[in-house]
Amino acid sequence: MSANKELIEKLREDILLWQGFKPALAAQSDAIGLGEIENAFPNKVFPRKAIHEFITISPEQTAASDGFIGGLLAVLMQDGAACVWISTSRKLFPVSLRSFNADPERIIFMDVASEKDALWVMEEALKCEGLAAVVAELSNLSIIESRRLQLAVEQSGVTGLLLRKDERKTTSSVATARWKISPMPSETEDQMPGVGFPRWKVELTKVRNGNPGSWTMEWGGDRFVEIADTQKPDVWLDSEERQIG
Amino acid sequence: MQKRYVSLWFRYLQADWQILRRPELNDAPFVFVSPDHGRMLITALSPQAAAHGIEKGMAAADAQAICPGLEIIDDKPGRAINLLKGIGEWCIRYSPIVMVDDFSTEGLFLDASGCSHLWGEERDYLLEIISRLKSKGYNVRVGMADTAGAAWAISHFGVKTPLIRSGLHTEALLTLPPEALRLAENTLLKLQKLGFYQIKSFIGMPRSVLRRRFGEDFLERLAQALGNAEEILPPIKVPVPFREILPCLEPIRTRSGIEAAISRLLEHLCLSLKNEGKGLRIAILTCYRIDGKVIQVNIGTNGATHSVSHLFKLFQLKIDQIRPALGIELFLMEAPKVDDIQPDQEALWTAKPGLDDGSVIRFLDRVAGKVGAAVIRRYVPANHYWPERSIKIATLLTEKPMSEWRIDKPRPTELLKTPDPIEVMALIPDHPPKFFIYKGIKHDVTKADGPERIEREWWMDQGEHRDYYQVEDIQGQRYWVYRSGHYGSKQPFKWFIHGFFA
Repeated sequence: MSANKELIEKLREDILLWQGFKPALAAQSDAIGLGEIENAFPNKVFPRKAIHEFITISPEQTAASDGFIGGLLAVLMQDGAACVWISTSRKLFPVSLRSFNADPERIIFMDVASEKDALWVMEEALKCEGLAAVVAELSNLSIIESRRLQLAVEQSGVTGLLLRKDERKTTSSVATARWKISPMPSETEDQMPGVGFPRWKVELTKVRNGNPGSWTMEWGGDRFVEIADTQKPDVWLDSEERQIG
Repeated sequence: MQKRYVSLWFRYLQADWQILRRPELNDAPFVFVSPDHGRMLITALSPQAAAHGIEKGMAAADAQAICPGLEIIDDKPGRAINLLKGIGEWCIRYSPIVMVDDFSTEGLFLDASGCSHLWGEERDYLLEIISRLKSKGYNVRVGMADTAGAAWAISHFGVKTPLIRSGLHTEALLTLPPEALRLAENTLLKLQKLGFYQIKSFIGMPRSVLRRRFGEDFLERLAQALGNAEEILPPIKVPVPFREILPCLEPIRTRSGIEAAISRLLEHLCLSLKNEGKGLRIAILTCYRIDGKVIQVNIGTNGATHSVSHLFKLFQLKIDQIRPALGIELFLMEAPKVDDIQPDQEALWTAKPGLDDGSVIRFLDRVAGKVGAAVIRRYVPANHYWPERSIKIATLLTEKPMSEWRIDKPRPTELLKTPDPIEVMALIPDHPPKFFIYKGIKHDVTKADGPERIEREWWMDQGEHRDYYQVEDIQGQRYWVYRSGHYGSKQPFKWFIHGFFA
């Protein structure tokens, strides 16, 4: 029985390896700073050779995703590599990415006229090994096109990040992970007045070979900070105490 | 290398041109006239008019007396030169250096050194030129010799053959009249008076004697024809140092044919670039079609390169723009802009990722070729507080930011191109909004920061200052809103939303 279990474990590891996931040994150096979320991925490592989808329906979600991606880019572009940001109607304000530790001057923006051009540029960019990541704001993507992007990614190892505005069209895609970043009320220390650090509800609605989940994250000025859901139990405790008292 | 020159003499240049435009004049005698001291003098004429004994420089009235049905057309100054230049540019296919004959303004010189073998023998080369010009409607007499002067003499006065083999031009000149040396009118009169009807009768005379009689110009013309003195003529188009030419035996019409031609041209071009330690920045491919149209496509690179495969990929994106129609007979590739290339750079590139990484530059080249260079933008901080002006487009790929990015004040991740007006309830004088209505949705503000006042740069534009607030609504969505202007001032204040925070 135990021999069978070992065999199954071994086969599972092999399958992951064939699918382009790094074995667990190499995982240590590849941490992206997402803490607990990274455990949701296969081998507990953020897949870099992959396409990540971000569902952004409202402009507020787009803004939140921009910030979250900024934090990811800071790690991905650590070695000085450049990044490409493709869009047909870009609103991203490059200055703001600096506060998420990413270097805006190393981001090459491509403001193309049509989705068709954007798709072509994205595929070409994903084939370019010298880039750290490619971000594209695309809405229409067929399964064949997304498969082409995935193939390009597997060859070059560039991380592809897709911002998709239309949720209904997202079913047909081979993306490795699907994220949804929504803004959440921020907290300040000791209930001080003013707006605190950006805080998001990070939902991982789909992970290939991983475990989807939902977390609360905060950008703590220079890194991601995970917020444990402590407030509500606190409230419960308080009320319980009061009842007891 | 032995220099070889071809002289083309268009005897009836303007007449040929006129017949092309008005075919009904084909068999009619006609002349071009221009006013001179109150008379109309003939400047150019048709072969039929010449057959009646009409000559250049005759008065139009005299010519009409000789030939009653003569048609007279007004000449436009400079037309002949423009025609010659046009034909000269077409002739660049035969030689990179084409010059206008400034003595008679009726002909062209081609520097054919090392060009004729592309068409086979020199004879084939001349036949090709004559027949192609003839098919275009231009009658031409040609001469080919070691010097421009001798070629000119043969084209105008040669009787036996237009092709003078290398080294034989002196013998060929001997039997020609002195006019063949491109001499001034009064020198020719003097020679005639002295009975020099052929060049051989004075060619052996001591130079000092000739100089005393006929002047320095005469000696120079003689020396130029014999090849003892260099003749410098300005080319119509200064040739590009890096260029490759590919004539095709049969017109090329297919995509694969064009690709093969481009890759062959690129291989040669890149080899010569590599030997010189240069890299290509701009390349122009000129395709000459058999129907006379010329098609040009060009590519640009973001960094100097002499990689055949990369440049080929850039041209591949442009092949769709080449319409071969009946076929392309000649390809010409030029590199008008080249830069020095450091061979060890490529090794460095692979080691250090960044904006000047080799693969990134190649990717940008491909994008610029397909979508256009204008879509590629990179931003560096600008020294302005006004949000719209706080970034500027970097002009160079390697441009470094002149100042640090400012992160001391909150800036939204999404910035609207034009701020949207919102309805706001806020306490005066400078409290943040209690709530605001944007696109019909009411947002109750729970947390806020501000105001951050940003003054308008009065030397750049006029208007009100902005008081920015970072606000968070009940759902935790964060916005950047501002009030334009003061409360209670004469202009009404307005509230706007300008961005979304992460």
